[in-house]
Parts: sequence; C-alpha cells; structure tokens
Amino acid sequence: MAFKIIASQCTQCGACEFECPSGAIKFKGESYVVEPQKCTECEGVFDTQQCASVCPMPKTCVPA
Amino acid sequence: MAAPVISVESLTGARFSDQLLVSAKSGGCASSSCGSSTRPDDVDPAIWDKIKDHPCFSEEAHHYFARMHVAVAAACNVQCNYCNRKYDCANESRPGVVSEKLTPDQAVRKVIAVANEVPQLSVLGIAGPGDACYDWEKTKATFERVVREIPDVKLCVSTNGLALPDHVNELVDMNVDHVTITINMVDPEVGAKIYPWIFYDHRRYVGIQAARILHERQMLGLEMLSARGILTKINSVMIPGVNDQHLIEVNKWVKQRGAFLHNVMPLISDPAHGTHYGLTGQRGPNAMEMKALQDRLEGGAKLMRHCRQCRADAVGLLGEDRGQEFTLDQIPGELTYDAGKREAYRELVADERRDRLAARSEAIGMVKTTSSGKSLLVAVATKGGGRVNEHFGHAKEFQVYEASPIGINFIGHRKVEQYCLGGWGENATLDGVIAALEGIDVVLCVKIGNCPKDQLADAGIRAIDAYGHDYIETAIAAIYAAESGVPALAAIA
Repeated sequence: MAFKIIASQCTQCGACEFECPSGAIKFKGESYVVEPQKCTECEGVFDTQQCASVCPMPKTCVPA
Repeated sequence: MAAPVISVESLTGARFSDQLLVSAKSGGCASSSCGSSTRPDDVDPAIWDKIKDHPCFSEEAHHYFARMHVAVAAACNVQCNYCNRKYDCANESRPGVVSEKLTPDQAVRKVIAVANEVPQLSVLGIAGPGDACYDWEKTKATFERVVREIPDVKLCVSTNGLALPDHVNELVDMNVDHVTITINMVDPEVGAKIYPWIFYDHRRYVGIQAARILHERQMLGLEMLSARGILTKINSVMIPGVNDQHLIEVNKWVKQRGAFLHNVMPLISDPAHGTHYGLTGQRGPNAMEMKALQDRLEGGAKLMRHCRQCRADAVGLLGEDRGQEFTLDQIPGELTYDAGKREAYRELVADERRDRLAARSEAIGMVKTTSSGKSLLVAVATKGGGRVNEHFGHAKEFQVYEASPIGINFIGHRKVEQYCLGGWGENATLDGVIAALEGIDVVLCVKIGNCPKDQLADAGIRAIDAYGHDYIETAIAAIYAAESGVPALAAIA
C-alpha cells in the first residue's frame, strides 16, 4: 500500500517531502508526487503517516 | 543642511525624487557640522547599532530603509485559523501570501537584483509563506548564499516559534540578529481557539495539548534568543472576542522574557481569503479598537506601531511593495552585485537623519512645553524620509501621529484606496478615505483640492497643505502650537 497526493489541492509547500522517512516524495512538474514503490506508509517508523499528518490541506494526502 | 554631493535621482530614480533631501529647510540644525549622533535619546547605544537600519525594529529607520522577504520557506508546522496559504493574489497585502515560491538559488538572484535597484535595501527576511524555522534547510541555504554575495545585508527571520529552539545556535552562528515570533496567547485555552493543530515531533497534535506545546516552545525560544542577545519582536494578531484582552497578559509574559518589541496587528479576515476566521465570520478590530488596546499596553514591552502586515515576498519601504518589479521572469540568469548605489544612499541618509533627528527633538520639546493639555491626532501623507511629501489624492496610506503633552508619537497608519487616479478624484473613494480617517483631527499633505478639503471639513477633519516637504514632527509641532494659542510663526522658526 502507498499514499498519494491529490495534485489539484496541493499547495506545494513541500513539508511532506522532507518529513517522508522513505524519500518517496518528489516535486514533479506541478505537484509533489509519492512514488508508490518507495512509500511504506511509515510502517514501523512512525505511528502515523508523516505526509498526511503534516499536510495543511484536508483530504489531499490520502491512501492510494 | 549641507547640499548633497550626489543627486538623489541618480540613486533612486525619479519615483523617489522628492522623497529625500529636497527642500531641506535652511535655518535648522546645520546637521553635518553639529556632530550629534543619529541615535534617539531613549535608545541604548548597543541596541541602536543593531536596529538603526532595520525598518521593522526601528520606527525611525522605516522612513529610510527597505526590507525584502524571499518566499523560500513554504512548509509550515502550525495551522492558524487566520491563515490560508492556498489563496494567492498579487494585489493582496497580508502575511503568508506570495506570488511565487523561490528555491534558495532563485532567492539569491532576486536579492542581488533588488540590491542593485533599491538602494534603501538593508534587511533580508524570511517570513514564510510557511515557517522559516520549520522549513529550516531552505532558510539556512538562502542566508548562507546571500551573505557570500552581500555581506552587509541584515538577516531576519519570522517564525511561529514551534521549531525555533532547535535552531537558535545556528541563528547565532549566521549572525541573524533579529527574530520575530508570532505569539497570540500564553494560555492554551485561548490558543485552542486560534490553532486547530500543530505538527510536532512527528505527529499531529490538536486542541489544548497542541496549544500547550506551542506555548512552551515559544517561551523557550524567546528565552534562548534573549540569552544570546538576539533582538526579538513579538507579533500578536488581535482577534476580538478571542484574545484581545488576553494580549495584555501576553505583553507581560514577553516583556519578562526579554522581548524587544511587541507588535499587535489587526486580524485580517475577509471571507474571500478562505481562512477559517474569514469563513466563520470572525471580525477583525477597527482602527480605534486597535489604538485603545495599544494604548493600554503602553508601559509594558515596547510597542511597534508601524507594521504594514506585509506579504511573505514584499520588497521596498514598509508602506510600498515593489515585489511585482522583481518577479523571477524579470531577473536575469547571471547577476553581479554592485554595492555602489546602496553605499551612496547610506552616506546621503546619514546626513539627512541627523538633520531630521535634530528637528524632531526640537519639535517634540516644543510640544511638551506647550501646556495646553490637548491631544491631537494627525494623519500624514508621506512617501518616506520622515517628511510631509505626498499629495492627498496620491496617498495609499496615512501615517498617524499623536501630539500631546508627552510629545509627538507615531501611533500607526491608516490604509486607504488612492483617491485621485489620472487627475480625477472619485467621490465613492473619498467616502472610503474619510471613513478610514475616523477619529483624526488634522490631515497633513503637500497638496489637496478644494472639494476633498471641504468634504473632510464636513467630517470634522482639517486638511492642511501649508507644510509641504517639511519634516513631519516640525509640521505637527507648528499646528499643535497654533491650536494652543502660541503663534505659529514662533513655533516653526
């Protein structure tokens, strides 16, 4: 499983990129994108998904 | 004062042509020879050295020096009910709003472009649009690169304080000697009404727990900065019914912990901005409510009253924003810093400031000795330089001063829509200007038409254009003395 970012709602603040413990989030084109192969949903590292916890936009960083 | 060796036009371009050094009155203190320092009497010399070129930390400096913000720190760790960073409009001026986010490399190019064109530039600040201390790697990279190019620019950050304690040592190492912390509460119960959540130590906190953590981190950060000799300004957003009376308590707490300045700002809550407060109908305070609270805070931590609540990408003197002249598409790829204009401007300004300070202290002394006991609120149309040098119809803001037995004090500004466009005044706009000048006794400007002058008079406001290009305090003292029955001529002699 992985998370995804809904591009139309993303403010491009970039907090998710540096909070991601797996280096799975990169800025591509117009938005930040989660690489599904790298995303671990923070399992075993943090209690909650870092990208979703820090995202300022509701329902923007969600399970894919 | 002595004639300027270099023309101001050559430095600042035509738009500032009458901003500085023009029509300096003869007969005042012969500034360049009197040898007095430009330091106001009530400021400690070591502190004056730090603030004398910082427009936000010194009201006196804001007449001469400009700041720029580079929008490199987009990420934030706190959600505030008055903030929505999604919304972006180039015509809008409020914190957290930017037209384009920059990488540290783009920011360096922008700073050089501005330094080459805006000789007043003295301060580079990072104020978001997120949080400078949370998005730390970008803040740090920007400062390190800029200082290599322009070593004498002052560095400044603005933060919500949550991540601040983690970076105090690095701030000291980078010579950042001004930090602004936004502190809206010292009671988590109040904080819970302002902050829906924070992100701290890898998790999201909500409610009172979130506000308590934020409060503790803010106080710790402030204490650490004070211990290291970094000057701090505390920004507080005044939210009627939520924290307005509570800010008296905030002022006490921050004063005890060494805050240098306290800046109480009105909540901006237009529903169109899409903020929580905007959408739920929470109103901001009006100008007289702001003043009443600020007056109650006098005697506590020193107040900043000249804040313009600027954007996170603002460029220029505080009352103006030249950001649109320096968007990335207008900045060349390769740029070299040329220190010439900034250096020449500084020399000019040093003389001008000495002259103005002498005139100012003379004017204030005169007001103090006029034993009328009256208080007079004066709104001044100015383009900078501490002079009455703007036409009524061209003003986008008025600087407000209070003359009273305690002297002449700057107490704030009133933003207005420019009344005169293309030579014609709009009546609807004039009504708005008059409404914005509520409570004002006198308007000072270079020139005003008969029609607006009469309408102001109907609203109980006297417009006076007899003191064009005089120093603001000199003009106010003359009016104050005339009001009190002292002959005006004696007053301005």
